[in-house]
Amino acid sequence: MKTYEEINRKIASKTAVVMNAEEIIDYVEKKGLDKAAEEVDVVTTATFGPMCSSGCFLNFGHSSPKIRITEAWLDDVLVYSGIAAVDAFLGATQLRHNDPANMYYPGDFRFGGAHVIEKLVRGEKVQLFALSYGTDEYPCKELRTYITIDDLNQAQMVNPRNCYQNYNIAVNCSDRSIYTYFGHLKPNMQNLCYCSAGQLSPLLNDPYYKTIGIGTRIWLAGSHGHIYAEGTQHSPDCLRSENGVPREGAGTLSLTADMKKMDPEYVRAVSLKGYGVSLSLGVGVPIPILNKEILKSTTVRDRDIYAPLIDYSSDYPLATGRILTEYNYESLKSGEVEYNGKKIEVGSISSYSKALKIANRLKEEISVGSFTLAEPHTPLPVTGSMNRMKIQQER
Amino acid sequence: MITRKYLLKFPEKAVGKPLIYHLVKDYDLTVNIYRAKIDPDDIGYMVLDVSGRESDIERAKIFFDENEIIVTETMNGMRWDKEKCVSCGTCITHCPSNALYIVDRKTMEVSFNNEKCIECMNCISHCPFKACSSIFSSSISE
Repeated sequence: MKTYEEINRKIASKTAVVMNAEEIIDYVEKKGLDKAAEEVDVVTTATFGPMCSSGCFLNFGHSSPKIRITEAWLDDVLVYSGIAAVDAFLGATQLRHNDPANMYYPGDFRFGGAHVIEKLVRGEKVQLFALSYGTDEYPCKELRTYITIDDLNQAQMVNPRNCYQNYNIAVNCSDRSIYTYFGHLKPNMQNLCYCSAGQLSPLLNDPYYKTIGIGTRIWLAGSHGHIYAEGTQHSPDCLRSENGVPREGAGTLSLTADMKKMDPEYVRAVSLKGYGVSLSLGVGVPIPILNKEILKSTTVRDRDIYAPLIDYSSDYPLATGRILTEYNYESLKSGEVEYNGKKIEVGSISSYSKALKIANRLKEEISVGSFTLAEPHTPLPVTGSMNRMKIQQER
Repeated sequence: MITRKYLLKFPEKAVGKPLIYHLVKDYDLTVNIYRAKIDPDDIGYMVLDVSGRESDIERAKIFFDENEIIVTETMNGMRWDKEKCVSCGTCITHCPSNALYIVDRKTMEVSFNNEKCIECMNCISHCPFKACSSIFSSSISE
């Protein structure tokens, strides 16, 4: 048994034993759970993939004369201004003004909020255009200027839903191509697509949220932030394997971190044909090895993690809940799976290689004492599920 | 009999000439064109395989040279930007010749083998990160 304080003291003295969630599997097999639990202090987990529920709060600073912004655009992408005078929220999936979207199906979605976020993190200039009705103390009614992230007083990434514990595998059973957030799914189940870092993914290594909770310090695209709440659609009541690992979406995290400290390699806008714009983010989460049960959970392997195959041409859009079958991540990573005797080619939209790089970067930062652990002040809910929207005819 | 893959770049003034006809007729070569862009107002490009005797291929190269056609053996029309690629693997099921492939199933890193590329340009619209581009298509980068 170890405490957060003990582990942090070892981190501060650069003597902490840290491994990534892939290395720990063989290590525990070799050393045995008891011995390894004594030796290892932290296991690093990570993921990299599109996370639509991402965005940032920005403060532009006051102009002279002052403006109380009511509508604003960054590089022609609308930002939400229904907050204080020169504050705004820029959402990842917001399209650029005049984007034809799916008018000429499937649309290209070349530029949106995620691209503005990526430009800001790269230190590039973006155009701010702002309007107001004008007040006595904020007389300016219109302005246009160019800003970089350095000109902003604050740029705080605030993401209501990141790091889905597990995720669907998408396939297309219809006889025409469909374009989804998983990319192009060819007709008649020719290809499928998954989205998870599997054995490296944060919440798959801590299935009942014993260490990952509200207040946990996390690595968000190189910036040290924290989990500020359960993520939206957090649904811990789900189908789970004997090892406790969810066999469907399940838990999610709300994350925040200072965007000024982010590394552009891990903040990447995506244009998904026929679907829209999203933001791919790199997240690293440390798991303190407080006891051997916690360590045991981090030894989960790709072959022990299952995800549901869903038909995105009918069952997903109609929310029928039907699952065609399940595959584990080991078979998905082999590049080909079989369904009813038919071979299906496998693609993915998350990046295992980037996740591995992040897990190693976080491991390095903990090893050299530059990243310490924060004990959660409130656990994530371990029960609950998400409600469906009710469409009501009357008030 | 050998096969070589070439990227030909020809100046505007060469666009009107029946170059491929000469390759077949005068140099006895088998030609397989993957993609070509012939525009009277612009530089032309063509990616093709030529098969034949090595000496005939060498003579054909002199013919290209006389017509101011630039021949590149190590490149093709497709560009894969390693920095923009995050190895997500979206392209894998959309690349028919496995030119885009997973190097190692343990790390799941993606790479591009330009010798296998057949210039279908499928990857360009399928890459969410705009890591793929081609001299045959207008740029879609911002």
